[in-house]
Amino acid sequence: MNRYPLWKNILIGLVLFFGLIYTLPNFYGEVPAVQVSSGKATLKLDASLKGTIEQALNDARIEHTGLFTDANSIRVRVPNTDVQLRAKDAIEKRLNPDPHDPSYVVALNLLSASPSWLTAIHALPMYLGLDLRGGVHFLLQVDMPGAITKRLDATAADLRTLLRDKNVRHAGITREGNNVVLRFRDAQQRDTARRAIGASTADLQLADRDDAADDLKLVATLSQAAQKNIRDFAIKQNITTLHNRINELGVAEPVIQQQGLDRIVVQLPGVQDVAKAKDILGRTATLEVRLVDDTPGALEGALAGSVPLGTELYNERGGSPILVKNQVVLTGDRLTDAQPGFDGQTHEPAVHLTLDAAGSRIFRDVTRENVGKRMAILLIEKGKGEVVTAPVIRTEIGGGRVQISGRMTTQEASDVALLLRAGSLAAPMEIIEERTIGPSLGAENIAKGFHSTLWGFVAIAIFMSVYYMLFGLVSVVALAANLLLLVALLSLLQATLTLPGIAAMALTLGMAIDANVLINERIREELRNGATPQAAIHAGYERAFDTILDSNITTLIAGIALLVFGSGPVRGFAVVHCLGILTSMFSAILISRMLVNFIYGRRRKVESLSIGQIWKPGN
Amino acid sequence: MEFFRIKKDIPFMRHALVFNIISLITFVLAVFFLATRGLHLSVEFTGGTLIEVTYTQAPELEPIRTALAANGYPDAQVQNFGSARDVLIRLPNRGDLDSAKVSERTMTTLHSVGGAPELRRVEFVGPQVGKELASDGAMALLLVIFGIVVYLAMRFEWRFAVSAIIANLHDVVIILGFFAFFQWEFSLPVLAAVLAVLGYSVNESVVVFDRVRETFKKKRNMSTPQVLDHAITSTISRTVITHGSTQMMVLAMLLFGGETLHYFAMALTIGILFGIYSSVLVASPLVMWLGVSREQFIRPKKEKEEAVV
Repeated sequence: MNRYPLWKNILIGLVLFFGLIYTLPNFYGEVPAVQVSSGKATLKLDASLKGTIEQALNDARIEHTGLFTDANSIRVRVPNTDVQLRAKDAIEKRLNPDPHDPSYVVALNLLSASPSWLTAIHALPMYLGLDLRGGVHFLLQVDMPGAITKRLDATAADLRTLLRDKNVRHAGITREGNNVVLRFRDAQQRDTARRAIGASTADLQLADRDDAADDLKLVATLSQAAQKNIRDFAIKQNITTLHNRINELGVAEPVIQQQGLDRIVVQLPGVQDVAKAKDILGRTATLEVRLVDDTPGALEGALAGSVPLGTELYNERGGSPILVKNQVVLTGDRLTDAQPGFDGQTHEPAVHLTLDAAGSRIFRDVTRENVGKRMAILLIEKGKGEVVTAPVIRTEIGGGRVQISGRMTTQEASDVALLLRAGSLAAPMEIIEERTIGPSLGAENIAKGFHSTLWGFVAIAIFMSVYYMLFGLVSVVALAANLLLLVALLSLLQATLTLPGIAAMALTLGMAIDANVLINERIREELRNGATPQAAIHAGYERAFDTILDSNITTLIAGIALLVFGSGPVRGFAVVHCLGILTSMFSAILISRMLVNFIYGRRRKVESLSIGQIWKPGN
Repeated sequence: MEFFRIKKDIPFMRHALVFNIISLITFVLAVFFLATRGLHLSVEFTGGTLIEVTYTQAPELEPIRTALAANGYPDAQVQNFGSARDVLIRLPNRGDLDSAKVSERTMTTLHSVGGAPELRRVEFVGPQVGKELASDGAMALLLVIFGIVVYLAMRFEWRFAVSAIIANLHDVVIILGFFAFFQWEFSLPVLAAVLAVLGYSVNESVVVFDRVRETFKKKRNMSTPQVLDHAITSTISRTVITHGSTQMMVLAMLLFGGETLHYFAMALTIGILFGIYSSVLVASPLVMWLGVSREQFIRPKKEKEEAVV
């Protein structure tokens, strides 16, 4: 009766095996590495760069232990810190020939030292939270009312243009709070206006308001859906922009996440220079539209050294130089959106830009006057500009919807759209929470958390083995398996381990032993009541199960509530706590039972169980 | 080894009133201290800036206070943290200053006092964030209570659910009372500990209740107090050993965990001690007074199962 079928043993064995494999990477520690990431928003990392880096290292005779590519960077693992510095210099020299205008960020970094076959099966070490590794943490609040107000101001201007185009006479359009109020002299004009607005946009809800006989008003408010769109767009755009800006810091694994409806968490592990981090977070990249100077001979002259007055020489993306007029036609503030798409007629990939009302008017005037000429779209970062694209103006472009097309792949179109959106923030942000944790404090925290778990575990192990003898030992093995599975699960999920997380691990272990105590006590009780050893084991596990289930579920309820409502340290605690409850149920019930089955289940006749002294009232 | 050699059931229920009176007194005291002294909330809840610095040699705190006061922070709290060389500075939020610059300014002030301070940690929390954390904490507490009551009412009986939650909420209040009385810092990890204690302590009640249910089904001729006595007595060995083990872990945290885990472990310690007491000696009498009886547990189907055993 105390045997598990083979499949069950194999299954438990497999779980333990995978647990072991996924726990492994945590023991290897970290080795120095050099990280290369793109220094400009317009520059993408590609496969050829990997070759270039490898070549640079080979030329300098620097040995490395592997090149790794991820979404935003390429990392080279090197044996020690001396080689790390040399490798950095070699790569820097190759990739950034001009030190004043670096195209790539080459930074020193750390990488997991676990063998590559582990990395290949996605067995990665746990991600350590800032309190364990040091770094800065910012919580940024996006100014959503600001974004809505900005949009309403733009809407007011749009409506003005619209009504003028449609020849509707009004007595003034103003933004009042969260409404745009349009005044009219007579009801007929108001009706015409309402129809015109209704036909042009679905984002506005219109309502009549008559304050006096001669004061007819139409009140436009943004619909719920439109407001939600604005908010979603603002936060997405801000996160994209932050990504681009932080990239420049060369931080290994920055965390940029949305939190709640209007907040963004930014965590920069290893960064200690808060001032610089803030500087970069607050930096603005701008977009500019200027006309290209195509005067014959001018470009050649400029390349020879004499740039004509009123123009500047830039490089177009892809390499060729281009001469651009100094006068700025439009800036990025006028851009409300940029999306990749297709040309309506030629079906070529294109980028669709949406300008606000003032921007559309300027754009229309400029394009009308410059048909046949080229127009350059520049991205200015850190005071340095680059021409993203310079299309030829074919016709006058009105209505604020601009399309850039021609010789683009779909990928390029979406890149350009991203770039055009990437420059500036959709809504202002402010830092509402900031934490800096020194690296030495982080190391200390790890040591403290580790020691408390270790000594707690040792104390429990000693007590259990003394008190319950062999069954106590089984419980200790189950508890160790629990720890193993918990760490494996955390590594697999790539959950962030924090100090409260370590505390939760310790607490969970302390609580997990409860299940085994319940079982062992039950077995003793059965023996006390005169059951045979085999029957006692069977009944002990069986009867304890209900209790274990009930008590763990109530604890899990508390854990889930913490997970739902907690943030920061509370959430870090809750994640480990909840996972720990699940693994502890598995290990306390199944693993310990399997071990006991191996020890006692095979024997025909068992005289007594090694479960410590059984005292009977009669003796 | 066998610690518990109990021949007869211990008549806990005979002293039920005494236990509850003790419990009530501690509860009232806790509420009193909470009301009069209030919790010493950490910067996470109140908003403000917290700066931890370490010196190579123990610095004098008074010059630091004076210098900070002279630089516009008359209400700065300066205290040692852990060792004499570590100093913790708390600055309240002020509307007129750019909050993000506060840490830089403070460090400049500290350098002017001398002694080569090294920055260990800065935490700046805006006032809005603090308020939200407090309301989220309250929501979490409500959700825990609701979840547990519903689960217990489903698995057991409403009487068990009600008494368990009363007994265990009083643990929470008592922990808070300790924090108010000693003016220990109530931080987010402590909040996590308090909520974990709620789960933990209910867990404890569940183990006893489970036995109560089983005993009711098995023994026909026992009165309700006898059933409760029997259930508590037969689980007492497990109760003490489990709590002992958990406490060993928590003790390790208290000893080796350093300042950061100190109050977390402290809250757990109090929670464990009162958890045993309340879930065994408060929850059970409450169940009795609410009128639990055997009839609530026997259903025809279960009866059959027993006949087989």
